Amino acid sequence: MTSFIGKRALASGISLIGLVILVFFLSRLTGDPTNLYLPLDASIEAREQFRDMNGFNDPLIVQFGRYVADLVRGDFGQSLQQARPAMEVVLQAFAWTLWLAVITMTCVTVAAIVIGSLAAFRVGGIFDRLATFFSLVGASAPDFWLAIVAIVIFAVNLQWLPTSGTGTPWHWVLPVAVLFIRPFGLILQVVRGSMISVLSSAYVKTARAKGVRTRPIIFVHGLRNAMLPVITVIGDQAAAILNGAVVIETIFGFPGIGKLMIDSILLRDFSVVLASIMVSALAIFIMNMLIDIAYAMLDPRIRY
Amino acid sequence: MTDTKIRATPKPRSPLAWAAMLWADKLAFFAALFLLLALLSALLGPWLLGDLATKQNLRGRNAPPFDVTRGWAYVLGADALGRPLLARIVVAAQNTLMVAAGAVLGSAIIGSALGLVAGYSRRRAAQWIMRLGDVIMSFPSLLLAVIVLYMLEPSVANIVLVLAITRIPVYLRTTRAEVLEIRERMFVQAARVMGASDRRIVFRHILPVALPTLVTIATLDFAFVMLAESSLSFLGIGIQPPEITWGLMVAQGRQYLTTAWWLSFWPGLAIILTTLSLNLLSNWLRIVLDPAQRWRLEMKGRKNGRPSAGSL
Repeated sequence: MTSFIGKRALASGISLIGLVILVFFLSRLTGDPTNLYLPLDASIEAREQFRDMNGFNDPLIVQFGRYVADLVRGDFGQSLQQARPAMEVVLQAFAWTLWLAVITMTCVTVAAIVIGSLAAFRVGGIFDRLATFFSLVGASAPDFWLAIVAIVIFAVNLQWLPTSGTGTPWHWVLPVAVLFIRPFGLILQVVRGSMISVLSSAYVKTARAKGVRTRPIIFVHGLRNAMLPVITVIGDQAAAILNGAVVIETIFGFPGIGKLMIDSILLRDFSVVLASIMVSALAIFIMNMLIDIAYAMLDPRIRY
Repeated sequence: MTDTKIRATPKPRSPLAWAAMLWADKLAFFAALFLLLALLSALLGPWLLGDLATKQNLRGRNAPPFDVTRGWAYVLGADALGRPLLARIVVAAQNTLMVAAGAVLGSAIIGSALGLVAGYSRRRAAQWIMRLGDVIMSFPSLLLAVIVLYMLEPSVANIVLVLAITRIPVYLRTTRAEVLEIRERMFVQAARVMGASDRRIVFRHILPVALPTLVTIATLDFAFVMLAESSLSFLGIGIQPPEITWGLMVAQGRQYLTTAWWLSFWPGLAIILTTLSLNLLSNWLRIVLDPAQRWRLEMKGRKNGRPSAGSL
């Protein structure tokens, strides 16, 4: 197990180093941040001074060397936009996104497993057809469009919920609800497919023949064995949210890492871009590890 | 499993048999019909309605939908410059579908070629290809889009490039996983024993077996890429006006949300219907391409009193 984690960490580490190098050099290609931060009428000297202060005048390779040297000492650079350490800015935003991902994925997992299992129990029944069709519709809808429609209906016309921002629990309802729909559709499909094949296996038939009641058959005998492919998809979907639900966070003014990422890319806040990439990479690595451990717990045949 | 596949493939299927199997799944049938309509709009739309879609009519600014006094093109309403929404949606189909098709085709070809190499050769190159896939996968697509937007000019071709690059790992991983499994099968080993060259083994024995999976993934991915393109355009780092796509139309309508909901609603609905159709069709395709499940569709065709040519 330890050697497995070590091996995986090594592979991810190599990819991450490659990624940081690539992002460092490619992001500088998008232009000079000076003009974005200084007022239009700033003098040439002021612009020069800004560049000097932030080291944008040095050759790229020198800048990169300095960045790596700082990185080794645990310094991720300063955010140009907020004049605070970049890592502090990123971690603050990440905490918001983490909560968003945890709440959304908990709701999605519970709902998709319950509805998917029930749909799989009577394949082709009316409940199954409705669940399949609506989950497909959900999986097909662009999230920004859903967000807009939800705002028009619930915030503007009915005035039940706030349009954007944070502060009260009510502010979480719309972002979570909109983020819920696509993963729910996808995971429901996987639960259903996986359960259908498990429920037609011999040991389930045996249990049924012995007179075990329906509910234990579905949720005890069936579910545990149907969970493996489901967990993979849950992991993928959670990773997508952790990587930044950019569109949703932008529309709802949610201060998460996705909004931070797009803002800092557009404002050439390079240190923040790099720090947020590293934080999401670490989060996704940890989550993949948890998923692999869940695999081993669910299926004793899997060993690392 | 292997046996059924080998026995099932040589049987030739006429277009009629395909149509019967499509008719057997009503949802897939309507999905195919809608996709055909979208395809026709993409091919003929700009040629037929190009002028109408750009003709401004300031009297008809934000004209409400379901009002045909101005003409049938205004049945879905008009946008902020009085341009008929229906005509604009039809014309935008071209860019929307072209971007998705280009990106899927590009990433599928490059990704599966790399996947074949990574899965078949045991050399170091395979390791490097996989690491490259990991890097691409974790590279933020937004940053890539912004880089391309600033380095090259924002054009349809460059958006295709961005989306194609970000989707390569999907095909790379799937193809590699498939190849790793197929290469151990008996018929591949038999071919190797008979002295077949690597090229022949890969293209003649491995690729045809992996192809159905790849086609199914590409169908699903088409929908995903369409959504990704609309998200980029929505954030303002995708297609730039005066070019239009459905995603951009949704974004442009956003500021009139409270007064004219139809500006964003209809193009969004076009996106949903297209992706939904693709998903339904891909479900159908998965059943058709799976010899163990195909009977479901063939049986249904017969039960409805239609002799399905495939089974005769």
